[in-house]
Amino acid sequence: MHIKTPIYEDTIKRMKAGDIVYISGTIYTGRDQAHKKMVEALNNNQPLPFDFSGQVIYYVGPTPAKSGQPIGSCGPTSSYRMDPFAKPLMEKGLKVMIGKGDRSDEFIKEMIAQKAVYLQAVGGAGALLSKKVLKSEVIAYEALGPEAIHKLEVKDFPVIVTYDIYGGNLVKDEVNKYKTIEL
Amino acid sequence: MRTIHERTITDEVKKLALDANCDLGTSFIDLLREKIKSEKSEIGKNVLEQIVENDEIARLEKAPMCQDTGLVVCFIELGYDVHIEGDLYEAVNQGVREAYDEGFFRKSIVRHPLDRVNTNDNTPAITHVKLVPGDQIKITLAPKGGGSENMSLVKMLTPAEGIEGIKKLVLHTIFYAGGKPCPPLIVGIGIGGNLEKSALIAKEAILRDLDEENPDPILRKLEAEILDEINKLGVGPMGFGGTTTALAVKISVHPCHIASLPVAINLQCHASRHKTGVI
Repeated sequence: MHIKTPIYEDTIKRMKAGDIVYISGTIYTGRDQAHKKMVEALNNNQPLPFDFSGQVIYYVGPTPAKSGQPIGSCGPTSSYRMDPFAKPLMEKGLKVMIGKGDRSDEFIKEMIAQKAVYLQAVGGAGALLSKKVLKSEVIAYEALGPEAIHKLEVKDFPVIVTYDIYGGNLVKDEVNKYKTIEL
Repeated sequence: MRTIHERTITDEVKKLALDANCDLGTSFIDLLREKIKSEKSEIGKNVLEQIVENDEIARLEKAPMCQDTGLVVCFIELGYDVHIEGDLYEAVNQGVREAYDEGFFRKSIVRHPLDRVNTNDNTPAITHVKLVPGDQIKITLAPKGGGSENMSLVKMLTPAEGIEGIKKLVLHTIFYAGGKPCPPLIVGIGIGGNLEKSALIAKEAILRDLDEENPDPILRKLEAEILDEINKLGVGPMGFGGTTTALAVKISVHPCHIASLPVAINLQCHASRHKTGVI
C-alpha cells in the first residue's frame, strides 16, 4: 500500500497489522530527549514545535549528512523508550509512529483509543533507508544534535504495520506462527 | 623494548573505526544471504533482504550501515616489551574523535548518565587493556549499538540451577527482547568469574570469529543446542516472526566461587561490527 502524509482516519482504517506500506510526504523525527522536551512544553502550556494533526513521527537519530546528501544513515531506534510520552502527543493529533520493537500494553490500548497506528521500519537498515529521504531540515531543539527534530521529505519509505486500530498485533501473530518451543 | 608513539595508536584506531562502521565483510553478508533461503517466514525473508541490501550499500558507499554508530569498545593486548610514548587511553579517544568526525558518524555519548549532555565527539571509548608477552599492540575495536546492549544482562544464578538455568535465562532474555536488540543476533554468553568478569568474557565472546569452533567440546555442544533452541522461539529477523533469530552462540567460561554461577548475556545485533589490527 502506498500512502501520502498527512494521514487521517480513512487511511488509518485501511491499515492492518502485517501490511507493507510505502510512505511519501513529510514526516518528523524525534527520539528520547525531543519527546521529553515536547511533553514538558505541553505540561507548561507552551506550543509544540509543529502542528501534530494527522502527522507522522519517526523515532530516529540520524548520522550527519555527507556533503551533497540530504541525510546520513537513518534507521529506526527502539520505540518502547517513547511509550511514556506517546499519549499527550496522540491527544494533539499524532496519527502514525514509526520505530522498531515491541511496545507496552498500556501504549497499545491508548493508541487504539486515539485511532493511531504503530509501524516498524527495519532496524539497522540505516544506509538503505537514507535513500528514501529526499530532504531534511532541523526545525527544533538543534542543540540536541542527532536528537533534534528534523522535518523529512520521504518517498516510498518502507514500513510494516505492527499494531492496528483493530487490535491486530504483527509481533504476537507472526512470532506464534514460528514458535516451536515452550518457555 | 620497542617504543610506539601514541599517534601510531591513534591512526590504527581511526582506521579500524572508519572500517568497522561501514564494512561488515563479505563473508558475514554472505551468511545473511544464506539465511534468506532458509528463513521460513515471508516477512522474515523480506527483512533479511533489506538488511543484505543495506549492508552492501554501506560497504560500497563507505556509509555507516546503521545510524547508531555505537559506543566504541576497544580491547587492547599490550606486549610487555612495548613502551608507549604518550597516553594510551587518550590515543584511543583521539582515534575515535577523528574517525567519527571524518566518517560522518553519529555522536552517541553523553558526558554524564544523568545530565545527558552529548560530548559531541563520541568519546570516551571504553578501553580494556590486557598485558601479553611480546612487543606488539593488538587492537580489536567494536562500535556497539545501544539497542542490543540495552537488552543484555548479568544474572547471578545458583550453582544448582546449572546448565538448565542458563538455557532458561538465555531463552527468556531473547524471547522477551523481541525485535529490540535487532535480530538476527550473535549471542555472547559469559559463564563464571564474578559479576564484572562474566560481562567482560561475554563481550569478548561476541567478537570471536563466527567460523572459529569452541575448543572445549562441552561448550561447543552447548552452543549448538542453545542456538537451535533460540531459533525455535519464533522471534525471527527484527522480531517480525521467523526461524532466523540468532546466527551464532558463543560461550566463554572462567573459574568462579563455590557459591556462585554468574551468567552474562551480551547480545550483538546483526550489524556485528568489529575489526582487529596489530601494530
